Amino acid sequence: MASILPAGTLAPEFSLHVTPDQKLSLSELRGKPVILAFYPADWSPVCGDQMALYNEILPEFQKHGAELVGISVDGVWSHAAFAKDRHLHFPLAADFEPKGEVARSYGAYRSDDGVTERALFVIDKNGVIAWSYCSPLAINPGAEGILQALEDLPK
Amino acid sequence: MSKLSVPVSTKDHMEGDPAAPCILVEYGDYQCPHCAHAHPIVKQLQLHFGKRLSFVFRNFPLTQIHPWAEPAAEAAEFAGAQGKFWQMHDLLLENQRNLGDALFSQLAISLELSAPQLEAALEEQAFRSRVRADFTGGARSGVNGTPTFFINGQRHNGSFEFDFLSEAIEKAL
Repeated sequence: MASILPAGTLAPEFSLHVTPDQKLSLSELRGKPVILAFYPADWSPVCGDQMALYNEILPEFQKHGAELVGISVDGVWSHAAFAKDRHLHFPLAADFEPKGEVARSYGAYRSDDGVTERALFVIDKNGVIAWSYCSPLAINPGAEGILQALEDLPK
Repeated sequence: MSKLSVPVSTKDHMEGDPAAPCILVEYGDYQCPHCAHAHPIVKQLQLHFGKRLSFVFRNFPLTQIHPWAEPAAEAAEFAGAQGKFWQMHDLLLENQRNLGDALFSQLAISLELSAPQLEAALEEQAFRSRVRADFTGGARSGVNGTPTFFINGQRHNGSFEFDFLSEAIEKAL
Protein backbone atom coordinates (compact mmCIF):
# COMPACT_ATOMS: atom_id res chain seq x y z
CA MET A 1 0.00 0.00 0.00
CA ALA A 2 1.29 3.44 -0.83
CA SER A 3 2.19 5.83 1.94
CA ILE A 4 -0.41 8.57 1.73
CA LEU A 5 0.10 12.13 2.92
CA PRO A 6 -0.55 12.39 6.66
CA ALA A 7 -2.49 14.95 8.67
CA GLY A 8 -0.71 18.27 9.02
CA THR A 9 0.56 18.31 5.42
CA LEU A 10 -0.49 21.08 3.07
CA ALA A 11 -2.84 19.49 0.52
CA PRO A 12 -1.21 19.59 -2.93
CA GLU A 13 -3.02 21.88 -5.34
CA PHE A 14 -4.66 20.35 -8.41
CA SER A 15 -6.80 21.39 -11.30
CA LEU A 16 -8.71 18.55 -12.94
CA HIS A 17 -11.56 18.18 -15.37
CA VAL A 18 -14.87 17.41 -13.70
CA THR A 19 -16.84 17.68 -16.95
CA PRO A 20 -15.60 17.75 -20.55
CA ASP A 21 -15.46 21.55 -20.50
CA GLN A 22 -15.04 22.39 -16.82
CA LYS A 23 -12.11 22.15 -14.45
CA LEU A 24 -12.09 22.19 -10.67
CA SER A 25 -9.12 23.41 -8.62
CA LEU A 26 -8.64 22.61 -4.97
CA SER A 27 -7.87 26.29 -4.31
CA GLU A 28 -11.38 27.22 -5.50
CA LEU A 29 -12.69 25.35 -2.47
CA ARG A 30 -10.49 27.17 0.04
CA GLY A 31 -12.50 28.40 3.00
CA LYS A 32 -14.52 25.19 3.35
CA PRO A 33 -13.61 21.70 4.45
CA VAL A 34 -12.99 19.42 1.46
CA ILE A 35 -13.34 15.66 1.34
CA LEU A 36 -11.19 14.04 -1.35
CA ALA A 37 -12.20 10.46 -2.03
CA PHE A 38 -9.73 8.67 -4.30
CA TYR A 39 -11.22 5.43 -5.62
CA PRO A 40 -9.80 2.90 -8.06
CA ALA A 41 -12.34 2.99 -10.86
CA ASP A 42 -15.79 3.98 -12.05
CA TRP A 43 -18.17 1.04 -12.47
CA SER A 44 -16.49 -1.57 -10.30
CA PRO A 45 -19.16 -2.79 -7.87
CA VAL A 46 -17.26 -1.88 -4.71
CA CYS A 47 -16.68 1.69 -5.90
CA GLY A 48 -20.32 1.99 -6.81
CA ASP A 49 -21.18 1.09 -3.26
CA GLN A 50 -18.75 3.58 -1.79
CA MET A 51 -19.82 6.43 -4.05
CA ALA A 52 -23.50 5.52 -3.64
CA LEU A 53 -23.02 5.65 0.11
CA TYR A 54 -21.34 9.07 0.01
CA ASN A 55 -24.08 10.28 -2.29
CA GLU A 56 -26.64 9.36 0.37
CA ILE A 57 -24.58 10.83 3.18
CA LEU A 58 -23.92 14.05 1.27
CA PRO A 59 -26.46 16.03 3.37
CA GLU A 60 -24.51 15.05 6.51
CA PHE A 61 -21.26 16.24 4.93
CA GLN A 62 -22.97 19.45 3.90
CA LYS A 63 -24.05 20.10 7.48
CA HIS A 64 -20.35 20.69 8.10
CA GLY A 65 -20.18 22.94 5.05
CA ALA A 66 -17.93 20.38 3.39
CA GLU A 67 -17.44 19.77 -0.33
CA LEU A 68 -16.95 16.20 -1.55
CA VAL A 69 -14.86 15.43 -4.64
CA GLY A 70 -14.37 11.91 -5.99
CA ILE A 71 -11.14 11.27 -7.93
CA SER A 72 -10.08 8.39 -10.12
CA VAL A 73 -7.97 7.93 -13.25
CA ASP A 74 -11.08 7.45 -15.38
CA GLY A 75 -11.71 10.00 -18.10
CA VAL A 76 -14.43 12.64 -18.05
CA TRP A 77 -16.81 10.71 -20.29
CA SER A 78 -16.68 7.66 -18.08
CA HIS A 79 -17.20 9.89 -15.04
CA ALA A 80 -20.15 11.58 -16.72
CA ALA A 81 -21.82 8.27 -17.56
CA PHE A 82 -21.09 6.84 -14.10
CA ALA A 83 -22.40 9.92 -12.30
CA LYS A 84 -25.55 9.91 -14.41
CA ASP A 85 -26.17 6.21 -13.91
CA ARG A 86 -25.77 6.45 -10.12
CA HIS A 87 -27.39 9.89 -9.77
CA LEU A 88 -24.32 11.25 -8.04
CA HIS A 89 -24.70 14.79 -6.71
CA PHE A 90 -21.01 15.61 -6.28
CA PRO A 91 -18.18 16.14 -8.79
CA LEU A 92 -15.92 13.35 -10.03
CA ALA A 93 -12.49 14.62 -11.05
CA ALA A 94 -10.54 12.90 -13.82
CA ASP A 95 -6.89 12.29 -12.86
CA PHE A 96 -6.44 11.25 -16.44
CA GLU A 97 -3.62 13.24 -18.04
CA PRO A 98 -0.87 12.91 -16.97
CA LYS A 99 -2.42 9.76 -15.59
CA GLY A 100 -2.54 9.60 -11.82
CA GLU A 101 -0.41 12.71 -11.31
CA VAL A 102 -2.63 14.12 -8.56
CA ALA A 103 -2.95 10.73 -6.86
CA ARG A 104 0.87 10.48 -6.89
CA SER A 105 1.17 13.88 -5.25
CA TYR A 106 -1.04 12.59 -2.39
CA GLY A 107 0.88 9.30 -2.19
CA ALA A 108 -2.24 7.50 -3.34
CA TYR A 109 -1.23 5.99 -6.68
CA ARG A 110 -0.67 2.30 -7.33
CA SER A 111 1.90 2.19 -10.13
CA ASP A 112 1.65 -1.58 -10.53
CA ASP A 113 -2.09 -1.46 -11.08
CA GLY A 114 -2.36 1.92 -12.76
CA VAL A 115 -5.17 3.02 -10.45
CA THR A 116 -5.46 5.16 -7.35
CA GLU A 117 -5.66 3.77 -3.86
CA ARG A 118 -8.97 3.86 -2.04
CA ALA A 119 -7.76 6.82 -0.01
CA LEU A 120 -9.67 9.49 1.88
CA PHE A 121 -8.51 12.97 2.82
CA VAL A 122 -10.32 15.58 4.85
CA ILE A 123 -8.77 18.98 4.17
CA ASP A 124 -9.51 21.90 6.46
CA LYS A 125 -10.62 25.34 5.33
CA ASN A 126 -6.99 26.49 5.17
CA GLY A 127 -5.98 23.73 2.78
CA VAL A 128 -4.20 21.55 5.33
CA ILE A 129 -4.88 17.83 5.53
CA ALA A 130 -6.71 17.24 8.81
CA TRP A 131 -7.20 13.49 8.41
CA SER A 132 -6.26 10.83 5.90
CA TYR A 133 -6.99 7.15 5.56
CA CYS A 134 -6.02 4.48 3.07
CA SER A 135 -8.37 1.51 2.90
CA PRO A 136 -7.52 -1.91 1.49
CA LEU A 137 -8.53 -1.72 -2.17
CA ALA A 138 -11.38 -4.21 -1.87
CA ILE A 139 -12.89 -2.69 1.27
CA ASN A 140 -15.40 0.13 1.30
CA PRO A 141 -14.11 2.44 4.05
CA GLY A 142 -17.57 3.84 4.72
CA ALA A 143 -18.16 7.34 6.01
CA GLU A 144 -17.65 7.16 9.76
CA GLY A 145 -14.01 8.28 9.57
CA ILE A 146 -14.93 11.25 7.40
CA LEU A 147 -17.79 12.25 9.69
CA GLN A 148 -15.56 12.00 12.75
CA ALA A 149 -12.83 14.06 11.05
CA LEU A 150 -15.34 16.74 10.07
CA GLU A 151 -16.62 16.87 13.63
CA ASP A 152 -13.09 17.18 14.98
CA LEU A 153 -12.26 20.20 12.79
CA PRO A 154 -11.85 23.39 14.80
CA LYS A 155 -15.00 25.46 14.49
CA MET B 1 -13.41 -2.00 14.43
CA SER B 2 -16.78 -0.43 13.83
CA LYS B 3 -19.27 -0.27 16.65
CA LEU B 4 -22.90 0.59 16.84
CA SER B 5 -22.95 4.28 17.73
CA VAL B 6 -26.65 4.34 18.60
CA PRO B 7 -27.35 1.71 21.27
CA VAL B 8 -30.38 -0.53 20.93
CA SER B 9 -33.28 1.03 22.81
CA THR B 10 -37.03 0.86 23.21
CA LYS B 11 -37.30 3.13 20.16
CA ASP B 12 -36.11 0.24 18.02
CA HIS B 13 -38.22 -2.40 16.36
CA MET B 14 -37.17 -5.58 18.11
CA GLU B 15 -38.22 -9.19 17.74
CA GLY B 16 -37.40 -11.04 20.93
CA ASP B 17 -36.39 -10.19 24.46
CA PRO B 18 -34.32 -7.02 25.01
CA ALA B 19 -32.43 -8.99 27.68
CA ALA B 20 -31.45 -11.81 25.27
CA PRO B 21 -27.72 -12.66 25.43
CA CYS B 22 -27.30 -11.80 21.77
CA ILE B 23 -28.83 -8.92 19.85
CA LEU B 24 -28.48 -8.90 16.09
CA VAL B 25 -29.02 -5.51 14.46
CA GLU B 26 -29.50 -5.21 10.71
CA TYR B 27 -29.26 -1.98 8.74
CA GLY B 28 -31.22 -2.65 5.59
CA ASP B 29 -32.94 -1.28 2.51
CA TYR B 30 -36.23 -2.78 1.31
CA GLN B 31 -35.20 -2.45 -2.34
CA CYS B 32 -31.74 -3.99 -1.88
CA PRO B 33 -31.58 -7.48 -3.39
CA HIS B 34 -28.96 -8.54 -0.84
CA CYS B 35 -31.34 -7.59 1.97
CA ALA B 36 -34.05 -9.74 0.41
CA HIS B 37 -31.49 -12.53 0.26
CA ALA B 38 -30.61 -12.02 3.94
CA HIS B 39 -34.26 -12.03 5.03
CA PRO B 40 -34.79 -15.83 5.17
CA ILE B 41 -31.31 -16.20 6.68
CA VAL B 42 -32.35 -13.98 9.59
CA LYS B 43 -35.52 -16.06 10.02
CA GLN B 44 -33.39 -19.21 10.04
CA LEU B 45 -31.09 -17.70 12.68
CA GLN B 46 -34.08 -16.80 14.83
CA LEU B 47 -35.34 -20.38 14.63
CA HIS B 48 -31.90 -21.79 15.32
CA PHE B 49 -31.08 -19.63 18.36
CA GLY B 50 -34.60 -19.22 19.70
CA LYS B 51 -34.81 -17.06 22.83
CA ARG B 52 -31.06 -16.51 22.95
CA LEU B 53 -31.27 -14.15 19.98
CA SER B 54 -33.18 -10.91 19.50
CA PHE B 55 -33.36 -9.07 16.21
CA VAL B 56 -33.50 -5.34 15.50
CA PHE B 57 -34.05 -3.80 12.07
CA ARG B 58 -33.00 -0.24 11.24
CA ASN B 59 -33.50 1.61 7.98
CA PHE B 60 -30.64 2.41 5.65
CA PRO B 61 -32.34 3.25 2.34
CA LEU B 62 -30.01 4.06 -0.57
CA THR B 63 -32.54 6.38 -2.10
CA GLN B 64 -30.48 7.53 -5.06
CA ILE B 65 -30.15 4.05 -6.50
CA HIS B 66 -33.34 2.54 -5.05
CA PRO B 67 -36.28 4.89 -5.66
CA TRP B 68 -38.74 2.74 -3.64
CA ALA B 69 -36.47 2.19 -0.66
CA GLU B 70 -37.53 5.33 1.21
CA PRO B 71 -41.32 5.02 0.76
CA ALA B 72 -41.05 1.32 1.63
CA ALA B 73 -39.17 2.17 4.84
CA GLU B 74 -41.80 4.79 5.67
CA ALA B 75 -44.59 2.27 4.96
CA ALA B 76 -43.00 -0.15 7.44
CA GLU B 77 -42.77 2.64 10.02
CA PHE B 78 -46.41 3.53 9.37
CA ALA B 79 -47.35 -0.07 10.12
CA GLY B 80 -44.98 0.01 13.11
CA ALA B 81 -46.83 2.97 14.60
CA GLN B 82 -49.85 0.66 14.67
CA GLY B 83 -48.04 -2.33 16.08
CA LYS B 84 -47.57 -4.14 12.78
CA PHE B 85 -43.98 -3.33 11.87
CA TRP B 86 -42.74 -6.88 11.50
CA GLN B 87 -45.68 -8.02 9.40
CA MET B 88 -45.12 -5.15 6.99
CA HIS B 89 -41.33 -5.63 7.10
CA ASP B 90 -41.67 -9.27 6.07
CA LEU B 91 -44.21 -8.55 3.35
CA LEU B 92 -42.11 -5.77 1.83
CA LEU B 93 -39.02 -7.95 1.60
CA GLU B 94 -40.98 -10.92 0.31
CA ASN B 95 -42.57 -8.76 -2.40
CA GLN B 96 -39.52 -6.71 -3.24
CA ARG B 97 -39.92 -7.17 -6.97
CA ASN B 98 -43.27 -5.41 -6.91
CA LEU B 99 -42.43 -2.45 -4.64
CA GLY B 100 -44.57 0.56 -5.46
CA ASP B 101 -47.64 2.49 -4.38
CA ALA B 102 -50.01 -0.27 -5.53
CA LEU B 103 -48.19 -2.85 -3.44
CA PHE B 104 -48.10 -0.57 -0.38
CA SER B 105 -51.90 -0.15 -0.53
CA GLN B 106 -52.41 -3.85 -1.07
CA LEU B 107 -50.21 -4.73 1.90
CA ALA B 108 -51.93 -2.15 4.12
CA ILE B 109 -55.28 -3.74 3.32
CA SER B 110 -53.97 -7.24 3.93
CA LEU B 111 -52.76 -6.11 7.38
CA GLU B 112 -56.10 -4.41 8.10
CA LEU B 113 -54.49 -0.97 8.03
CA SER B 114 -55.99 2.00 6.23
CA ALA B 115 -54.62 2.29 2.70
CA PRO B 116 -55.68 5.96 2.39
CA GLN B 117 -53.97 6.78 5.71
CA LEU B 118 -50.80 5.08 4.51
CA GLU B 119 -50.97 7.02 1.27
CA ALA B 120 -51.37 10.27 3.21
CA ALA B 121 -48.48 9.39 5.54
CA LEU B 122 -46.22 8.79 2.54
CA GLU B 123 -47.38 11.98 0.91
CA GLU B 124 -46.72 14.02 4.06
CA GLN B 125 -43.46 12.16 4.70
CA ALA B 126 -44.73 11.61 8.22
CA PHE B 127 -42.11 8.98 8.99
CA ARG B 128 -39.20 10.46 7.06
CA SER B 129 -37.39 11.89 10.09
CA ARG B 130 -37.49 8.51 11.80
CA VAL B 131 -35.99 6.83 8.73
CA ARG B 132 -33.34 9.55 8.38
CA ALA B 133 -32.39 9.18 12.04
CA ASP B 134 -31.78 5.46 11.47
CA PHE B 135 -29.72 6.26 8.39
CA THR B 136 -27.55 8.87 10.11
CA GLY B 137 -26.89 6.58 13.07
CA GLY B 138 -25.89 3.86 10.61
CA ALA B 139 -23.49 6.12 8.75
CA ARG B 140 -21.85 6.99 12.09
CA SER B 141 -21.57 3.31 12.99
CA GLY B 142 -19.69 2.25 9.88
CA VAL B 143 -22.58 0.97 7.83
CA ASN B 144 -21.11 1.09 4.34
CA GLY B 145 -23.68 -0.81 2.37
CA THR B 146 -26.68 -3.02 2.91
CA PRO B 147 -27.26 -5.26 4.65
CA THR B 148 -24.85 -4.50 7.49
CA PHE B 149 -25.18 -6.57 10.65
CA PHE B 150 -24.04 -5.80 14.19
CA ILE B 151 -23.73 -8.57 16.75
CA ASN B 152 -23.92 -7.23 20.31
CA GLY B 153 -22.85 -3.86 18.99
CA GLN B 154 -19.87 -5.00 16.91
CA ARG B 155 -20.03 -4.82 13.14
CA HIS B 156 -20.02 -8.22 11.47
CA ASN B 157 -17.54 -7.90 8.62
CA GLY B 158 -17.74 -11.28 6.94
CA SER B 159 -20.32 -12.95 4.75
CA PHE B 160 -23.94 -12.82 5.88
CA GLU B 161 -24.73 -16.37 4.79
CA PHE B 162 -26.22 -18.50 7.59
CA ASP B 163 -23.05 -20.40 8.51
CA PHE B 164 -20.99 -17.26 8.94
CA LEU B 165 -23.57 -15.29 10.90
CA SER B 166 -24.44 -18.24 13.13
CA GLU B 167 -20.78 -18.84 13.91
CA ALA B 168 -20.31 -15.18 14.82
CA ILE B 169 -23.42 -15.27 17.02
CA GLU B 170 -22.21 -18.45 18.77
CA LYS B 171 -19.00 -16.64 19.61
CA ALA B 172 -20.91 -13.70 21.06
CA LEU B 173 -23.10 -15.92 23.26
